[in-house]
Formats: sequence, C-alpha cells, structure tokens
Amino acid sequence: MNERHFTLGVLVDNKYGVLTRVSSLFSRRGFNIDSLTVGETDDPAVSRMTVVSSGDDHTLDQIVKQLLKLVDVRNITVLEPDSTVYRELMLIKVKAKAGKRTEIMEAVNVFRANVVDLAPDTLTAELTGSSSKLDAFIEYVRPFGIEELCRTGITAMSRGKK
Amino acid sequence: MELTGAQILVETLIEQGVDTVFGYPGGQVLHIYDALYGAKNRLRHILSCHEQGAAHMADGYARSTGRTGVVISTSGPGATNLVTGIATAYLDSVPMVAVTGNVPTHLIGRDSFQEVDITGVTMPITKHNFIVKDISELADTLRRAFVIAESGRPGPVLVDIPKDIQTARHTFFSKAPQQPAPLKPKSKALNAAVRLIKQAKRPFIYAGGGVVSAGASALMQFLADKIESPVGTSIMGLTAIPHDHPLFTGMLGMHGQFAASKAISEADVILAMGCRFSDRVTGNKEEFAPGARIVHFDIDDAEIGKNVDCAVGVAGDIRESLSYLLDALPNQPHPRWRQYVETLKSQNPSPEMGNGIHPKALVEAVYKTAGKNAIIATDVGQHQMWTAQYYPFTRPRSFITSGGLGTMGFGMGAAIGAAVGNPDRRVVLFTGDGSFHMNMNELATAVSYGLPVVVIVMNNGALGMVRQWQKLFFHERYSHTTLHRATDYVKLADAMGAAGYRMESPDQIASVLNMAFSAGGPAVIDCRVDIDEMVLPMIPPDGSVNNIILN
Repeated sequence: MNERHFTLGVLVDNKYGVLTRVSSLFSRRGFNIDSLTVGETDDPAVSRMTVVSSGDDHTLDQIVKQLLKLVDVRNITVLEPDSTVYRELMLIKVKAKAGKRTEIMEAVNVFRANVVDLAPDTLTAELTGSSSKLDAFIEYVRPFGIEELCRTGITAMSRGKK
Repeated sequence: MELTGAQILVETLIEQGVDTVFGYPGGQVLHIYDALYGAKNRLRHILSCHEQGAAHMADGYARSTGRTGVVISTSGPGATNLVTGIATAYLDSVPMVAVTGNVPTHLIGRDSFQEVDITGVTMPITKHNFIVKDISELADTLRRAFVIAESGRPGPVLVDIPKDIQTARHTFFSKAPQQPAPLKPKSKALNAAVRLIKQAKRPFIYAGGGVVSAGASALMQFLADKIESPVGTSIMGLTAIPHDHPLFTGMLGMHGQFAASKAISEADVILAMGCRFSDRVTGNKEEFAPGARIVHFDIDDAEIGKNVDCAVGVAGDIRESLSYLLDALPNQPHPRWRQYVETLKSQNPSPEMGNGIHPKALVEAVYKTAGKNAIIATDVGQHQMWTAQYYPFTRPRSFITSGGLGTMGFGMGAAIGAAVGNPDRRVVLFTGDGSFHMNMNELATAVSYGLPVVVIVMNNGALGMVRQWQKLFFHERYSHTTLHRATDYVKLADAMGAAGYRMESPDQIASVLNMAFSAGGPAVIDCRVDIDEMVLPMIPPDGSVNNIILN
C-alpha cells in the first residue's frame, strides 16, 4: 500500500505523563513520528497534540485505534490536507556580514519573515508558514551559512466549523 | 468518616467486592499492611514468597473466577518484581489491579532508597496506571482502576501510592461499585456479518480467550450448531467449548490439531471471535486460510484489521453480537462440509506411545483422577502444549495458562491463585523441570495455606521446547538446553512440607496419582518423560498447514 504522511489532531487530558504515553505508544508499536507539537487549549484541562506520521492506510487505522485506547486520549481527528490549515514556526540564525545583508533581506521580505535580531555577523529571522515554505527559505539562505536553526513542528487545525 | 490513605485503600478494595489480595510487605507499604491487619476479618491476604509469585496468583485467581485479581507490593524491587506478572496479565487480557507503595512524594525523583518509577516502567504493559499525589483523589482513582481493569477488553491497572499519601487523612464514603456497560456492536456491522455468514458454504468458527472471558461459550456453541460450523480455538479459547462437542476440531496453530488447521485453511467464511490472529495461530499470514473471508468479532476495535485483513469487523461485546446472530440467522445445514471435517478428524495422527510415560497417557490419567471440576494450570513449554492438546476440558475458565507472553514460572503462582479463588475445586499444575525451577519457591505458599495443589513435573532433564526447536531447526546443536541438575523433587517437596512422589513407568501412573490426589495438601510428582519426546503436530514458524510436521 502507499506510504503517505498524515496529520492527526489529538485532544488529551492535560496531565503529566500523557506525552510519554502517546510517544511511547508510537515507538513500541513501530509507528513513525515525523513531528509532534502539544499545547494547552482554551480548556486548561485539555491539551491538543498535532502529530504528523507516515505509513499506509493500515498504519493510520492502527494509530487511531491504538491511541483511542489510551485512557487520557479524548478525541482524534484525522486532518485532511484539503481542508486543514497547517503552520510551523521557525527561528533561523544566518551568517550575515555587511556585504551579504541586502541579499538576505530580500529573501526575508519575499518570504514574509521578520528579523528578530541583528548582530554584527548574524541575522536572526522568524518565519511562519507551511513546512515547505520553511524548507524553501532554508535552501535559499543555506549558501550564506546557517549558524542555528529551530523549528517547532507542525500545528494544524481543520477549516470552518469543527 | 476520616481515614488514613492506607485505610481508604483497604475500604475501597472491600467496597469493590474484593475478598482476597495477594502480596508481600515492605518498607513503603507498612501503613497499608497495618490497615490490612486492622481489616483481617474482612479482607484476606495471601503472602507469597516473591512478588512475581503474588502477581501470578492474582492472575490465576482472576482467570479462574472472572473477578479482578489484586496484588500489593512495596516500592523499588517489590514493584519491579511484579513486572512479569503484570505483562503476563496484559498479554492475556486478565483484569488485575496492582497496588505499589512508593517513597514519600518529596523524595520522588531523588533516587531514594527503594525508589523506582514504576508507572514509567509499567506504562507499556498496563491498560493504564496512576500515581496518586493527592489524598483526596485516592478512593476515586482506585475505583477508576477497577472500572478500567474490568471494562471493554480487560487488563491490568497499576496504582502507585507514595507513603505520605498512605498516612494522610481524608474523609471516606463508600460507593457502590460501577458495573461497566456492555459495548454494543453497531447494527450495520452486524447486518454485514449476517449477510456474509448466510453465503457461507464452509463456515469455521475460530474462538479465542475473549469468548471465555465474556462468558459467551454457550452462545458460541448455539451458533456453531445453528450454522453447522466446525470450531477451532486458540490456546486461550480452549475452554470455550467442551472437548467432546461434535463440532469441535481442536486447537489451532503451531501445535494445533491437523483437522483444525486443515479445516480453517479450507473454510470460505471464518467467524473469528475474541481472538487476535496471533502468529502462533496463523503462521505465515499470506498462506493462512487463503480462500476465506473473515468476520472478526472483538471487544477491542484495534484488534480488527491489526494482524489480518477482514471482510467485516464487528467491534463490541461478543455476547451481544452472538445474540443478534442467533436471532438473525436461519438454520444453515452444511452436511458435506461437516462430513469432510469429520474425515479430517479421523486423519488426526495418534502419537506413538513407546515404553516410557507418554505425556498423552499421563494427561488423560490426570483427567480421570481429577474429575470434570478440576482447574488445570500450566507453565510454558512442551508440557503446556501436551496439556492443551490432550486434556479433555469441559468447563470455561478451567485452563489457566500463559498464552500470549509465554511466561515460564507462571504456573505455580497461578495454580495457587486458582486454588485460593476456588476452594471447592481441585487444582492441578502441569509444569516442566525448566519452568518449575523458575518459581518453585511458591510451593512454600501452597503449604502455608494448606492448598491441595497437585504439581506434576514432566521431567525430561531438558528445556524441552527449546530443545525441540534445536532438534528441528538447529541441526541438533543442543546449546544449554540439557539440564544437568540433581534436584530430587521428592526430597524437595518433603523439605518444603509437601508430599513428594516419583513416577517412572506407565504402570505407576494411576497409583501415584491416587496417592498424590489424596495427600490432603500440596503434592509434587516427579514424572519422568523421554528427553526426545516432541510436541506434534507442529507447523514450523511462518509456515502453513502445508508444512505441518505430523510425526
């Protein structure tokens, strides 16, 4: 069957140990985690995880069913690419000697990034968007030299009413 | 009423209908044991020799009675000693509540004496676990533990209680235990199942432990009769149908009966009930029942489609599903299929008996002596398979064996747990000299409590099952499977306060069994079995019925 990426929105009880339960379930059953983000929702008793994984339909079916067996998991939504908003945040520190800055700033403007720090030798940009947009920015600035890079992983939500 | 945490634990256990707990005291459960002392007329405690034994006892108690088994141990090594017992219960879906003490909350995370993160350790082998850090949540957490252990697909739950929570005080009010509501199967799935079963020309029912634990054995047999379907079981499902039921073909899988393996491979519709298509049942999944469409009934939705694809999956309580099928399906006679399966049954090979004590003769003789009411426990290995193959089971929950995890050393504790939970029934443990050496310490427990467990050690001087694999698949390179041990089981039994007997030839079987069963207390029989005796038939790992080794 075809391997593909899929994104799950998982509502869980906001308790200690829940992240471990979810992540250890993935590792012991041999499921991949491409990215996992977690944060509190408007209800402080509930956290929302966004898990990006990959596999065939059988794997997806098993991931959903096995996750639903965890006592702390309340609800799972398989987010369909067509009707989902995906965002990822990146901080990237690029080598930026005086002569190169203009070129880097061009990219910053085109990608609608923000410069959050400027030092004599480096420039730090903040960039939000889809993962492919972040990838494209990285590739563009790579020749200048990347000092540090930090991505949050994907967070995602379905469009319209839930 | 204001009580200490330790007293709240004891009162909540009693409130939940627990009459017996198994356990072992220690530094971080002193307060719990003090509370048990205060409640000794209302809650029985069975002291094991080792926490692993206590966990297997709780397991054997649960499997044989259907009630949740409870085990208590101290922190650190006490808690880690439970791990094999908890994992055994988890793999066989046995309801269990394990209670561990832990160091006081302010010492947690500091590598304190006898501190271990037991909730972390047991996360993958429990349905859920808790560490209680607030006395006000203790009683409800324990209640929830019972609900989780007993609802849906049963399993073990661990509750870790730090020492300061045991001593803290809080008000306690007893509540009625919650009865888990049955999980109703969806009618759409049931209707799809009915349509498919109506088309079946060669139906086959594959029953697993779920049929036994749901108490659905009788309904399953009604259905088998109604649609004239032969029945085969996993090792966990063996007691779902009496051995002499005309439609029963035997155990399926690696050491199953030829007729059962052959019939399921030629079925056109398989009704799989409360089972998980384990690799020990299916062998090579590509070659397993190639022409069959599978209807899979299970309480755990995640089992459906996990190991094999199915045409229809029905998630829910098997009793509900079976009741629906019995109403919805007409009588469906399949005389030719039935006749064919009968022919297969007549082709089941009989083992060559030889001059020594053959396991088949021994197992059948035990049945004659122990009677229909007996509960049979085993350890893991050749003796386990021989018992599964040859013991004529008649009652659900009368076969206590580690099917999923395959835990050597399970049997002694499990047999004791079954004996404690069923004082009016005979309990027999079939074990091997390898398995028995793992946890025979618990014989002392059987003696302490005067439990008349009869332990039959099939003594072949080897780790027989591993040796069998070495013989068949490793060119007879017997690496560390020959046991050069001088253990004298008769003296051992005597030294531990049990009766000991030796059985060396077939003509001694009946007389020795009679003596052991009338010993009045625990008895151990050292039964000599030929080292080269193999468990047959055997479908090699990842093979199919086409590769079956018959003799």
